[in-house]
Amino acid sequence: MGRITMNNVVDSTAVDTIVGFDPTIIKKDFPILERMVHNRRLVYLDSAATTQKPLSVIEAVNDYYRYTNANVHRGLHTLADEATAAFEKTRKLAANFLGGAKSAEIIYTRSATESINLVASTWGRANIMKGDRIVTTQMEHHANLVPWIVLAKNTRAELEYLKIDKDGKLNLDEMDKVITANTKLVAVTHMSNVLGTINPVGEIIDFAHKRGAVVLVDGAQGAPHMPVDVKALDADFYALSAHKMLGPTGIGILYGKEKLLEQMEPYNYGGEMINEVRYDYADWAELPYKFEAGTPNIAGAVGFGVAIDYLNKLSMEAIRNHEMELTAYALEKLARLDFLKIFGPFDPEQRGGAISFVDKDIHPHDIAQFLDSQGIAIRAGHHCAMPLTRLLGIPATARASFYIYNTHDDIDNLAGSLKEMRRYFKYD
Amino acid sequence: MTDPLNSLYRDIIMDHYRYPRGHKHLEHASVTSEGKNPTCGDEIELALEIEEGKVADISVGCKGCAISVASASMLSELVVGKTLDEVKKIAKAVKALLKGEEDVEHLNVALGDLEALQGVKDYPVRVKCALLSWTTLIESVASWEQEESRKIGTTE
Repeated sequence: MGRITMNNVVDSTAVDTIVGFDPTIIKKDFPILERMVHNRRLVYLDSAATTQKPLSVIEAVNDYYRYTNANVHRGLHTLADEATAAFEKTRKLAANFLGGAKSAEIIYTRSATESINLVASTWGRANIMKGDRIVTTQMEHHANLVPWIVLAKNTRAELEYLKIDKDGKLNLDEMDKVITANTKLVAVTHMSNVLGTINPVGEIIDFAHKRGAVVLVDGAQGAPHMPVDVKALDADFYALSAHKMLGPTGIGILYGKEKLLEQMEPYNYGGEMINEVRYDYADWAELPYKFEAGTPNIAGAVGFGVAIDYLNKLSMEAIRNHEMELTAYALEKLARLDFLKIFGPFDPEQRGGAISFVDKDIHPHDIAQFLDSQGIAIRAGHHCAMPLTRLLGIPATARASFYIYNTHDDIDNLAGSLKEMRRYFKYD
Repeated sequence: MTDPLNSLYRDIIMDHYRYPRGHKHLEHASVTSEGKNPTCGDEIELALEIEEGKVADISVGCKGCAISVASASMLSELVVGKTLDEVKKIAKAVKALLKGEEDVEHLNVALGDLEALQGVKDYPVRVKCALLSWTTLIESVASWEQEESRKIGTTE
């Protein structure tokens, strides 16, 4: 068949532990990375926006529609049984992936954004009262910011921010002052999509719990890049998006502690989420279905399951180590370009592989446009964190972000093209 | 260098970007406006001196990408000496040009250096960069006209 399947990865990584994690082999599992863009081999450095998908995930989605497609939890026929089994298998995989959660604690959503909105509009509306405090941080993505701005406004609660220091790390000394006794919720990102900063969420959760607050972790940039154990962290809610971790778009997860989820009202109403309905009455299905009204993204869940398998085979520890090494290499390489300013912590132990930078003369849009002409995909803009870019005193940044398939060559390509860009725009 | 890039960053655009025209202070501005593209952070300040229904002078200060800066610079060269009706007609033609609408030629407007911006239409995300100064100009003219008609209304 000549197909490259993920078995290549398993064979070469599992068999030869000395070679270990080899992104040049992993790359071969991603058909899109063979693509030419403007006559150059694509260099994909925008995985913080969305990751590429291995062939096994693409085929799983395709095969689902081709051979299995049926609605879940309804029909009494072979296809429906198979679809339901596949759909629920991913839920179990996700529960294990997050450190031994129960399946009942894993809610399917569209995205991390929807997961957070679910918490804001159900738990939030029931538990946040006038005079209560919601604490978040200065480095949040709009997804973990705007729902709280709106909730605070609607409930007349206070909204306070943990500040960042000059290196882009949270100033934890301020926790004592900011996370007050009236704080009901702390919402914090596991890793900043702009600064790359990995937050010590365990420490924040411990402190917040002492003050009686519930903690939501935005794991959109956490779960894809490092081992996550929601039980060890004692997180109350953890949100993630499948498409940032090899899975399809349009499917995400909300992890919530069972006792919290049980107390919460449904988010949407309709089919699937009910127990019994009469013309004047309805009561709700058990967890997790209470939160899953309507036909879900079944194909997305199937693809996500294969994505989790793929990540597990590589191991999240190995992925974290690879990204740390690659980030250290990139930071060193980019720091040598004196026309750039780089944001975020310099210590690779304290950050992930999303590096924001600006050129002293050239606007981020022009940077991205030039790099695109060289076949290099990066992101330019405010990265859905407008208050943060404003705080940094810049309108936008360019951002290169890495994943399991990125190599030193990709970084060398980026650095070389940035130098060429300076010549193109006639600054050097 | 690849061709698509050069079709966007044409020499004339690069020249306006590196040496923007119209960047000065107007002593007797009739109207000033600010424009922003919050999503990319481009910002423009635009001031017009309007005498006898014509743009007597203009100042533009634009912070942003090469496309937005060049477009603003070209704007400053093109509109001086034009009547407000002509300015509106030019702005309409520029919009048509950038959005790749067919009828731009029928509008019968000489666009000068601005013709160089037609490469932008192949980059949908960049169209709003090129349009920023023009939408700000249109707002500026509209707010001046509104103010004038209000004055006339009160004197009558």
